[in-house]
Amino acid sequence: MEGPTSTGIPNRKLAMWAFIGSECMLFGTLIATYMIYRGRNLVPPYPHDLLNIPFITITTFVLLMSSLMMVLALAAVQKNDLRATKLWLGLTALFGLIFLGGQYYEFSHFVHEGLPLSRNLFSSTFFVLTGTHGAHVAGGVIWLSTLLVRTVQGQLDARHAETVEIAGLYWHFVDVVWIILFTLIYLLV
Amino acid sequence: MSRHSAESHPSTRLYIAVAVILAALTALEVMVFYIEALAPVLIPILLVMMAAKFALVAMFFMHLKSDGPVLTAIFAWGVFIATAIVVGLMAIFGKFGA
Repeated sequence: MEGPTSTGIPNRKLAMWAFIGSECMLFGTLIATYMIYRGRNLVPPYPHDLLNIPFITITTFVLLMSSLMMVLALAAVQKNDLRATKLWLGLTALFGLIFLGGQYYEFSHFVHEGLPLSRNLFSSTFFVLTGTHGAHVAGGVIWLSTLLVRTVQGQLDARHAETVEIAGLYWHFVDVVWIILFTLIYLLV
Repeated sequence: MSRHSAESHPSTRLYIAVAVILAALTALEVMVFYIEALAPVLIPILLVMMAAKFALVAMFFMHLKSDGPVLTAIFAWGVFIATAIVVGLMAIFGKFGA
């Protein structure tokens, strides 16, 4: 186990926050690119023809609730309630998979409607931005799945709560990025 | 125990309350989107609700409210730079009119 640190903050947790800070800048550049080209699309189809607000609202709700599942998993592992830890970690990963399924459906629908990646300014910026976010969600689902497997195998308990907390920080960051994307891409269309 | 321990984290009841508020704000965002009378003030309303949701997740789910100022400063710096990139580039490319 890690010893005390000069800041009082565990090194791994500090590193995760530094990583999250750098990720803000990555998404900042992608969001800036999307916003610059927003409304300058000269080739159809246009965003308002394709974006399905009710459907995305449901997947957004699923991702928001996955963050609740994640904090409940952390609370459970801190209490060494491994049964609840498995349940909440599994549900978090499942909700992440549902979100990814929704994104796959949306991307497929767009391509089917004549909007592949290189069709126009909207498709290029939209697919790169939401695809990068989706890749982060996929990475999070894989990470959570490894934690679930370790819990099932008895290799993760209250002594490793910090490991779950750090994975949770990543997951919540993915959630806050989507909170921004949902507003900027879908509601300010 | 350091201040970064489990003891300083919110209770399960508070986590659920935050999730309910997040869901309600999301529903409100979509309602506002469909109300034509609010079209002139749609952008500020949506940006405020987006910021509120962002802050709720960061403060309670990511524990910044209880984990002290160092981690908040690291995150705030990243968010500040990202915001500056977005606003700066939008200004350079004439997205704020004239």
